[in-house]
Amino acid sequence: MKAGGRSGRLAVVKPAPFEYVRPASLDDAVAGLAGDPGAKVLAGGQSLVPLLSMRLASPSRLVDINGLPDLDGIEAGPDGVRIGALARHADVLASGDVRRVQPLVSLALANVAHATIRNRGTTVGSIVHADAAAEMPMVLRLLGGSVDVAGPGGRRTIAADDLYVGPMESSLHHDEIAVSAWFPALGERAGVAFEEVARRHGDYALCGVAALVDGDSVRAGYLSVCDVPTVVDLTDLAEADLGETALARLDPGDDIHASADYRAQLVRVLTARVVAAAREMARMKAAP
Amino acid sequence: MSEELHHVRLHVNGVAHDVAVPPRRLLSDALRHELGLTGTHVGCEHGVCGACTVLVDGRPMRSCLMFAVSAVDCEITTVEGLTNADDSLGPVQQAFLECHGLQCGFCTPGFMTTITAGLEENPSPTEDEARDMIAGNLCRCTGYQNIVKSVLRAAELRDAETTRAQP
Amino acid sequence: MTTKLFGTRVQRVEDQRFLRGQGRYVDDIDAGPHTLHAAVLRSPHAHAKVLEVHVDDVLDLEGVHAVWTYEDLADLSAPMADPLPLLIPHPTLTHARTQYALANGEVNYVGEAIAFVVADDRYVAEDAVGRIRVDYEVLPPVVGIEAARSATALVHEDVPGNVGARMEQSNGDAPAAIAGAPHVLTLDLTVERSACQPMEGRGTVARWDRDIDRLTVWSSTQTSTGVRAAIAVKLGLDLGQVDVVTPDVGGGFGVKINHPWPEELLVPLAARLLGRPVKFVEDRREHFISSAHERGQVHHVEVGFDDDGRLLGLDVEFWHDHGAYTPYGLIVPIITSTQLLGPYKPGAYRVRFESLFTNTVMVTPYRGAGRPQGCFVMERTMDAIAAYLGKDRADVRALNFIQPDEFPYDQGLIFQDGRALEYDSGDYPASLEKLKALVGWEEFPAFKAEMAAQGRQVGIGLACYVEGTGVGPYEGAHVHIETTGKVKVATGLTTQGQGHATVFAQIAADVLGVPLADVQVVTGDTRRMPYAVGTFASRAAVMSGSAIHLAATRAREKVLRIAADALEASEDDLEITDGVVSVKGAPASSIALGTIAVLSNPLRYAFDEQSKMATQFSVGDPGKPPVAEDDEPGLEGKDFYSPERATFASGMHAVIVETDPLTAEIKILKYAVVHDCGHLINPMIVEGQIHGGVAQGVGGALYERMAYDESGQLLNASFMDFLMPYVTEVPTSIDIDHLETPSPLNPLGIKGAGEAGVIPSAAVFAAAISDAEGFSITSMPISPSELFALRRLHQEEPS
Repeated sequence: MKAGGRSGRLAVVKPAPFEYVRPASLDDAVAGLAGDPGAKVLAGGQSLVPLLSMRLASPSRLVDINGLPDLDGIEAGPDGVRIGALARHADVLASGDVRRVQPLVSLALANVAHATIRNRGTTVGSIVHADAAAEMPMVLRLLGGSVDVAGPGGRRTIAADDLYVGPMESSLHHDEIAVSAWFPALGERAGVAFEEVARRHGDYALCGVAALVDGDSVRAGYLSVCDVPTVVDLTDLAEADLGETALARLDPGDDIHASADYRAQLVRVLTARVVAAAREMARMKAAP
Repeated sequence: MSEELHHVRLHVNGVAHDVAVPPRRLLSDALRHELGLTGTHVGCEHGVCGACTVLVDGRPMRSCLMFAVSAVDCEITTVEGLTNADDSLGPVQQAFLECHGLQCGFCTPGFMTTITAGLEENPSPTEDEARDMIAGNLCRCTGYQNIVKSVLRAAELRDAETTRAQP
Repeated sequence: MTTKLFGTRVQRVEDQRFLRGQGRYVDDIDAGPHTLHAAVLRSPHAHAKVLEVHVDDVLDLEGVHAVWTYEDLADLSAPMADPLPLLIPHPTLTHARTQYALANGEVNYVGEAIAFVVADDRYVAEDAVGRIRVDYEVLPPVVGIEAARSATALVHEDVPGNVGARMEQSNGDAPAAIAGAPHVLTLDLTVERSACQPMEGRGTVARWDRDIDRLTVWSSTQTSTGVRAAIAVKLGLDLGQVDVVTPDVGGGFGVKINHPWPEELLVPLAARLLGRPVKFVEDRREHFISSAHERGQVHHVEVGFDDDGRLLGLDVEFWHDHGAYTPYGLIVPIITSTQLLGPYKPGAYRVRFESLFTNTVMVTPYRGAGRPQGCFVMERTMDAIAAYLGKDRADVRALNFIQPDEFPYDQGLIFQDGRALEYDSGDYPASLEKLKALVGWEEFPAFKAEMAAQGRQVGIGLACYVEGTGVGPYEGAHVHIETTGKVKVATGLTTQGQGHATVFAQIAADVLGVPLADVQVVTGDTRRMPYAVGTFASRAAVMSGSAIHLAATRAREKVLRIAADALEASEDDLEITDGVVSVKGAPASSIALGTIAVLSNPLRYAFDEQSKMATQFSVGDPGKPPVAEDDEPGLEGKDFYSPERATFASGMHAVIVETDPLTAEIKILKYAVVHDCGHLINPMIVEGQIHGGVAQGVGGALYERMAYDESGQLLNASFMDFLMPYVTEVPTSIDIDHLETPSPLNPLGIKGAGEAGVIPSAAVFAAAISDAEGFSITSMPISPSELFALRRLHQEEPS
């Protein structure tokens, strides 16, 4: 669900009928998807169920993966963080290991909806829902992460840069299930920062920006200012040019909550703030 | 085209209920209409207002964003389960009474389940933390002022209960 | 001596069931097994001819019991084929239009009901709605006041200029006074649409009992008697065949005073015809597109004043967007046009308005009901005068106040109830002094300078209002003391969270000298009190509170009469404490209220030990009728309160805001309220009403609006996009001070308090943001995006 006029059908609040399967193994789940071209995966359901209730989506079958074993892992190692498909946002956010290995994941997760939604919603689900207004797809892309998916032909890894192919559209095949997401660790001398402006606390942001500063490299990720999660390289730019350079690569639009002009202003302000904050973090880490 | 019914066992407030529901039956509807636990209210059915919040394995979740068939293997707590075994009001309920934390009462169950879990995690919240605890629930009557007070008062009552239990 | 309950912070008695999850809201009503559920097909177009509705294969769907369109209505009940009632006619409402229960050949807003389906459950009913196909001929929509005024397209082809009503009132010759004034200013001021959005939407359940030919309807309404009368007429039933019960209501804020909604008629009709209980519960999106909105108005002000800022003449013209239909008449714009004057003497005053049709959801009162707009207009005008003259904004207001010795004060206009706009009491200078102290008005300039030195922008605003509360025609109450000594109170208006079961019990308990726990209050049940008006216009405490006081006093009189007889004492020597009547100074000589109730009802048949004392061989003078000619059996009191006119509450708010120089975000630093609703029955409840009003006002000022596109689609018909404040958006504290200027118009000296908190919000935030920014805010609500655009505009065109 995204802000700005994605209205449901009139007077509809209950889902249309669907077939329900709750497989006990990943293979069965994949088979469940493969067996019905109208099938969809149900994980946390925090984005999917409203779409079903407003009948904006009417899958013929739901494959509920909540009963699958071993998909709720949150593993943080020296190279990065691997988050299983059933790990809830709240658990990822609560993990000290995740915060230590890749703090941007935690910084961004704190801005994902409200706590109650984070208790049920899954981080991997949010990533493959591919909403350009959501935090985690952008973060995955900025960090150069990836998603592991299982399909009838076995497993494959999709790099974040190849994951987002259009508005609300990922490159997963219909019969594939995302089993985990991978966020590389923050480099030893690198810094990150995240900030967003929303109308109400917990709403989808009017604009959100994350920065990753690593040595000379400065990159920033943007949400709600493009159709897809977008990353812009801001290396070797003067402070004053950051915002305008970013804007040249972005396409802030109008909606009922904010004008394109205002979004552009938020891009300028937030870009400067997060780049400065990420640099400060890197500087602090480099300090003896 | 009659819909296939799924026989599921829901564990609610410590009681197991066997129900037969079509897959599309929202958990909120199943609680209210299949089990008759009408204390859980439905205010928006798109996950924003929080009136339908119940505890699933102790954590607040939107019952309008879950299907009953998917709620097997969980312990669910609704507002009806917040009352003490002797039928006296639980600490959160008592605090709402004392602080005038409700007016029309429609959103109240969702607030109380949320706060019950919140105090479990943080038994003595600051005022800011109290506000944060209820930040995902809408109320149109109270302006939240007395709900924040209720959170703080509930923490006191809970604390007093714990002290009594461990002399 | 029983402690007096009036004026104390009594905990609410209704909370016990709410807190346990045992409230009974309309969707919780179990009207019996085999209850069916309804859903409605609604128009996806703002303006269209409905050429044909295809329902052929809908009944084929398993579990579907009925599908109706307009064509079916006349056969089901002849009056159902007529438009819905025009609830409040007015001579100037020359072109009133109301909708049909189901669209008759034309739809005039997105969301208008076209077909009604009854099925086994709501899921199946929605499946069925999805099968209905409609052929439309789309017509050009009229969206917004500008489009309505231009009249390039018409909403109703027989309403020229889209004008439903033109109205004018004046007191003195305002144009002449302005022409002769030393200073003149003009302002153009806009307020956008918003809506009540109670957490519970509308809903109706009905059950037809064929054994006794009687209908029971539960509806989430603000007027059970109104719904009852409408159902009887539309279904062709006698009033005595229809009972309407208002269960617990999950908030109203005005929208549930309009009636009958199409479903309030279609549900009982279906229950009667299908012989099974039927339930309709609106979903949130339906509430957005098929209930009611309010607030949309555009105003033009001309004001003349002297060198000190004293008003000499005020001429206001405004345009009110009433949406597609006018069931509630002109109440909202009439209130704006009169209550705009607030606590001020305007000099000569003229107000003119046009009420305009648009292809949008209809407009009926929302908490404040036209007053927020009026307050916005008057208070922006006051600020403009102060800015023009370089004077303190509070001083300009004080100069124009009606003074405490000038009451009753007649503004020379006709109010919303058809009565004189005559203020009964108030003390505006005292309120202003309290407010200035509460918010730190005098200290603010130093604070502002201190913030500016840190690169921070802050601003302060204040706004004053007067609210006519407790309008007629009447409310009544029935008080019954049972033989257990328990007191049952019934009043007909409804409850939506205001704590009536508590405050009304406080009033009755005080009069009767019984413990609060012994009083039980029932509201909104036509079986218990069939004569009532409804809950709106901050009238419940004033109207039903007064009626209960009067009815309880009648019961008390009878108590004392019987007790005096039984105790062989003079009535003047009796007192009632904790449910026992005793002779003052001789507590041994006493009799319980329950016993008096027994004695009040001469019996032939005893039913327990106590009642034996009232049987025919035990009591009575054999030479007189057992019930005296001017008496009646039972210990009851019934009375009605019907005041000549409204009582006028007042208040003033102030707010300090901070605006972010870069992101234009608006943060509330302090919010202060001074409120005068006469004597407070329960300060805890009054403060709760103020808190809620302020929060709703914050929503209306900074977050909420109805975002219609040019085709008449409502783009934000969900809680996702209609931005009602969470706790994170409201002030962290609301400082409240009370003034108690009693009303001389009712026995308790009370005034209404329900709407007050929301009235000055748009005005006070516009003032504070203007102060922070250095340019005047003339349109509300305002978002950071809009504030940012205004900054750009004022940088380009310095004023």
